[in-house]
Amino acid sequence: MGYMYIDGMKIEFKDEKNILEVIRKAGIEMPTFCYYSELSTYGACRMCVVENERGGIEAACSTLPRDGMKIKTNTPALQKHRKMILELLLATHCRDCTTCSKNGSCRLQELALRFGVKRVRFENNREEKEKDTSSKSIVRDPNKCILCGDCVRVCQEKQGLGIIDFAHRGSKLQVMPAFDMKLCDTDCVNCGQCAAVCPTGAITVKDETEKMWQYLDDPTKRVVVQIAPAVRVALGDEFGIEHGENVLGKTVKALKMMGVDSVFDTALSADLTVMEEAAEFMERVENGGTFPMYTSCCPAWIRYAENKHPELINTNISSCRSPMQMFGSVIKKWHEQSGDERELISVAIMPCTAKKYEVARNEFTENGKRVVELSLTTQELATMIREAGIQFGELENEYLDAPFDMGGSGAGVIFGVTGGVAEAVIRQCSDDKSSGAVKDIKFIGVRGRDEIKEATVHAGGRDFKICVVHGLANAEKIIRATQSGELYYDLIEIMACPEGCIGGAGQPFAISPERDKRARGLYHTDERIQIKFSDKNPIMGYIYDDILKDEAHSLLHVHYE
Amino acid sequence: MEQKFDFGVIDKILETYGSEQKNLITILQSVQSEHHYLPRKVLEYIAEKMNISLAKIYSVATFYENFSLDPKGRYIIKICDGTACHVRKSIPILERVRDTLGVSAEKPTTDDMMFTVETVSCLGACGLAPVMTLNDKVYPAMTPDKAQELIDAVREGESES
Repeated sequence: MGYMYIDGMKIEFKDEKNILEVIRKAGIEMPTFCYYSELSTYGACRMCVVENERGGIEAACSTLPRDGMKIKTNTPALQKHRKMILELLLATHCRDCTTCSKNGSCRLQELALRFGVKRVRFENNREEKEKDTSSKSIVRDPNKCILCGDCVRVCQEKQGLGIIDFAHRGSKLQVMPAFDMKLCDTDCVNCGQCAAVCPTGAITVKDETEKMWQYLDDPTKRVVVQIAPAVRVALGDEFGIEHGENVLGKTVKALKMMGVDSVFDTALSADLTVMEEAAEFMERVENGGTFPMYTSCCPAWIRYAENKHPELINTNISSCRSPMQMFGSVIKKWHEQSGDERELISVAIMPCTAKKYEVARNEFTENGKRVVELSLTTQELATMIREAGIQFGELENEYLDAPFDMGGSGAGVIFGVTGGVAEAVIRQCSDDKSSGAVKDIKFIGVRGRDEIKEATVHAGGRDFKICVVHGLANAEKIIRATQSGELYYDLIEIMACPEGCIGGAGQPFAISPERDKRARGLYHTDERIQIKFSDKNPIMGYIYDDILKDEAHSLLHVHYE
Repeated sequence: MEQKFDFGVIDKILETYGSEQKNLITILQSVQSEHHYLPRKVLEYIAEKMNISLAKIYSVATFYENFSLDPKGRYIIKICDGTACHVRKSIPILERVRDTLGVSAEKPTTDDMMFTVETVSCLGACGLAPVMTLNDKVYPAMTPDKAQELIDAVREGESES
């Protein structure tokens, strides 16, 4: 607690962990490459330097606020310093900006522009390094790395994986996986958070928009798209629409304009997931099955479990396919029954980079053809919308296509936020199906951005303990605690990305205040949808009785190889 | 060439120093004195045992000049190129040794895995300059000819035994 002086302004500080936070609170946009409030402080980029009273220069991110402290944030010395850093970074940086996938959203480009770096005096004597395109989800281009270490810290601190780290020293320093392995040979779970935090084009999400355009242009193909719950509250960010606003109607319209045949809502198959998962859960309860039961929607979590906890695969982890794959199965059956002679191309718009890996998994491939052909991220869709010249903000809302035009129930929509799957399953298992009960479930502790949440639910005459986790490092803590017997849960929901799918790496990048708005957007949508329970969704009957028939179990569940 | 490692020895090293992260460098040093280098298989093993990511261990192992990820020869020749040795003509010694063995800075080990030639920045024996060591035995006041003789002697000894 105290006051400090920033450029002569008296600013109060409370529990800010460094003066950078205080400066930003004062309304000054300090430039940084290596600082994220959610990660540990690294202090490497030195862009946030400030000048103290004695003319000394220190990094704002690594300095604690003190009462009476006086600093300046913009003096000629600081300007010179920042410009020099940028010039040196650019000297060894690939400068093919126009063809870079980060063009327009690159922090290096932005700051070079902001600080007016007009020339680079130094010769680039770094040898060109090979790109790593081996991963299904992520492309690593070491030539564009500025060594800020954001990816290293997010992978270690949030996901507990540490797939990439610094290697070598001095001018040879690089960020790479151990032994410079290809990403596909590591235990990388494809969560893409490294790409989300990367300020430049050094780690990017694999771009598959070209494939999509090809499909759309081909009259022999029937292109059917499903849109994940979290996409609708994030896509608007790319087009200046208020954070967290539900733009599903506009998204459907835009996809139709691009030539998509049918557009469906993954929230609907999230309802299927709820039905199946709740049934599986109750079945385990009645027949004394394996507990805790883990959710299975998140492909990064599944991959993590395969690598680190194979004992949970096909045992504790629910056998339910992810909502995307469930809808994939439904769309495939529906297409076969429709008599349409065109080849089905099933595409998913996802907030997720790991879905690109999931669609390619053997379990979800039948006779060499993927059940879901292509998974595009929210950002890829935004790119396509821009490419097509569609004025997204101006679009009228369009309805989803028949026969799944009902969309999902409120329970299906909240899948996109941490705690949503658990809440939907609780609603389903709850004895009391009144609107009062739905409101009560809201407050049992599954909502909110906390990384680990606990709740107790009473159903069928007994209490169930539920845990909701996001971030794989947190998941590891909970797994260990349950395995050692220290903690007991009946149901554990795990999502790899911060705050669940709304913070997915395929989404426009957002940290806490914006992410919270996305969560609120989904909860608002839930409130507006009259149907709150997955089994009350009238399309469920149609899907089970007319489309899936006796294949429901085999098409909606999976046994991992 | 798949090499077999005795992980029992590694377990003993881990037990001696403790598997906490802070002991990593000490553990790597012990592994290196055991194998003369840090074999990948061993690093993977200790990553698992110490619960440190392999990338982090690789990071530490590549940061320090003294750690080697490549197998080394049975005889390690270190030629000092500190200031004192340098001015007393250590470079011609280095060049002769490298020429004799057919090695270079990029490829410091002979194909028969007998010799590895390294330079060091100071051995702390400046009074004896120019200095060279052969498996940690110090040879003072060297000349290119004396270095060559030493190598020849080692080779002769090896072929006899």
